[in-house]
Amino acid sequence: MNARATISLALSALLRNRMRSALTMLGVVIGVAAVLMMESLGQGATAYIGATISGMGSNMLMVVPGAPSQRMGGGSGGAALFSLHDLDAIRRGARDVALLSPASQRPLRTVVGGLNRSTVVTGVWPDYLDIRAWSVVKGRALTDDDERQAAQVCVIGHTVEEALFPGRAALNGELRIHDVTCRVVGVLETKGASAFGMDQDDVIFMPFSTWSRRIAGTDRFGLVMAAARSQDRIDDARAQMTSVLRQRRRILEGDEDDFAVRDPREVQAVLDQVTGILTTFLLGVAGISLLVGGIGIMNIMLVSVTERTREIGVRLAVGARSSDILSQFIVEAVVLSAVGGLIGIGVGLGAAFGLARLINVPFIVPTAAVPIAFGVSLLVGVVFGVFPARKAARLNPLAALRFE
Amino acid sequence: MRFANVSRLYGEGEATVRALDGVDLTIERGDFVAITGASGSGKSTAVSILGCLDLPTAGQYFIEGHPVQSLSGDVLAALRNAKFGFIFQSYNLLARTSALDNVSLPLIYAGVGALEREARGYAALAAVGLAGREDARPNQLSGGQQQRVAVARALINAPEVILADEPTGNLDSKTGEEIMQLISSLNEARGITVIMVTHDPKSAAWARRRVVFSDGKIASDTRVSA
Ligand SMILES: Nc1ncnc2c1ncn2[C@@H]1O[C@H](COP(=O)(O)OP(=O)(O)O)[C@@H](O)[C@H]1O
Ligand SMILES: [Mg+2]
Repeated sequence: MNARATISLALSALLRNRMRSALTMLGVVIGVAAVLMMESLGQGATAYIGATISGMGSNMLMVVPGAPSQRMGGGSGGAALFSLHDLDAIRRGARDVALLSPASQRPLRTVVGGLNRSTVVTGVWPDYLDIRAWSVVKGRALTDDDERQAAQVCVIGHTVEEALFPGRAALNGELRIHDVTCRVVGVLETKGASAFGMDQDDVIFMPFSTWSRRIAGTDRFGLVMAAARSQDRIDDARAQMTSVLRQRRRILEGDEDDFAVRDPREVQAVLDQVTGILTTFLLGVAGISLLVGGIGIMNIMLVSVTERTREIGVRLAVGARSSDILSQFIVEAVVLSAVGGLIGIGVGLGAAFGLARLINVPFIVPTAAVPIAFGVSLLVGVVFGVFPARKAARLNPLAALRFE
Repeated sequence: MRFANVSRLYGEGEATVRALDGVDLTIERGDFVAITGASGSGKSTAVSILGCLDLPTAGQYFIEGHPVQSLSGDVLAALRNAKFGFIFQSYNLLARTSALDNVSLPLIYAGVGALEREARGYAALAAVGLAGREDARPNQLSGGQQQRVAVARALINAPEVILADEPTGNLDSKTGEEIMQLISSLNEARGITVIMVTHDPKSAAWARRRVVFSDGKIASDTRVSA
């Protein structure tokens, strides 16, 4: 008996019992769909977060006060803020640091005419926007002259532009921030929401000198932003900054740092780890649901073999070999699980597409997972089809014909 | 085909049933044999063994000189496919399967392609007078028509031997007569050997040789002169 005849035989047998076939493959459908949906969403989320992180500036390093071991609380744990002398020392002592800026920020009420808005205002050096790979789309960026002269100028994000200058040009408009008047010299490129859902365009940047003299009243700050000379210099730049800051902060040999250098790639690494754990967990769930699906198939196939004992007897009587019966029932099981797998792939991708749009992450077809899911569902059919099929193939023709 | 001291035992120990008990029987090519005897005398068992649906427990069964016990399962399947055609009292058609598919079933296992299967299926149904009923399911056919489908299925692979176990047992006498006519014509026109179990003297009268079973043994074996 050839393969085509076997497959069409299996199909007609399954179509004869549509409802039962559909319910039998449900286990495989659900298992495969769940895996594909989670895999697609996981990859989408990873891609989305990765894009956000690289949008922060690829060679970026951040330094915050407080020992790395205490960072979980978020506070500096009483560790001293940084000073501009620290930055001078870094500039001299950290050869692989190319760009450097202080950053000090506070949410402040900002007023333009009758409109006002609470926005995070940050004092930075001109390097800051380069470190974050953030360009100005209208007007200009902050300059060294602005910094030297403590000019009352600022660049604003897109959200601020929309909110405070609706329908009119923001450039050269005047903002009042905390009783300080600032002239808008530039509008920043739109960044959208961050990986953690914050609006990155609801921001105002001003020269650090202006910030420290007119708003903060201190030139101490809680964040050092730096960029390494190149991607492969990030670790060197980090080591150099650490050693300079340890000297400046008089930390003894063997004592722990009272500041932490952070690299956005670490966030990526943590996310990758989380994704990895999630994937392993999902594989476990998938394995269990496919096992359950497979047992469902085996169960129904065993029932089917018993029900169809006389049919098997007739087939044997007209010349079926036991290998024909074996392949007939294995193919039935495989068709069930393969069709279940295909439906599961469709359902899983469909659900992932819908959910990806809903939570606003890119929809990704997990190209490796699709053939694997299909292959595994084929395998489930073979593994769980063999036992019932052997039972059918071993029947004695006469006994099968006389079966009541 | 020759039985040499063939026995078929069912069960073990005290409960052993000797369905066949040392039977010697030779059947010539082209013969028409009726097997009769009381219920439980071993007729069906004998026919099943003759058709390679079952094997003797003891003794030897030779087909054209070859001992059947030495043949592999696949060879026995091939014999059932090509050499024998079966007709059963209860028709044994596949349910929810068209007459055409039922009739051409043996051809699937003979490796015949779909187009040829269909063509030969049509021809076989026409030969038993069922042209036009190709798409009918068994439950849409009368008993006589179902038995005709079974006859067509037995014929389709041009067998040398037809084994019929009470082919008219479920039919009224008129329909039974028609089926007997059909079977008899296969023997006369095509030279097919027919071995037929029957309770019905009218059916048995169509045969040229009558073998009577009793308690698993042959009680009498007579040739009927036409
Ligand atoms: N599968 C079986 N298990 C046990 N006994 C059987 C089996 N098949 C047939 N027999 C016994 O073998 C004997 C012969 O049966 P059978 O050949 O069917 O008789 P007949 O066809 O002449 O009525 C009977 O006594 C029957 O009960
Ligand atoms: Mg009987």
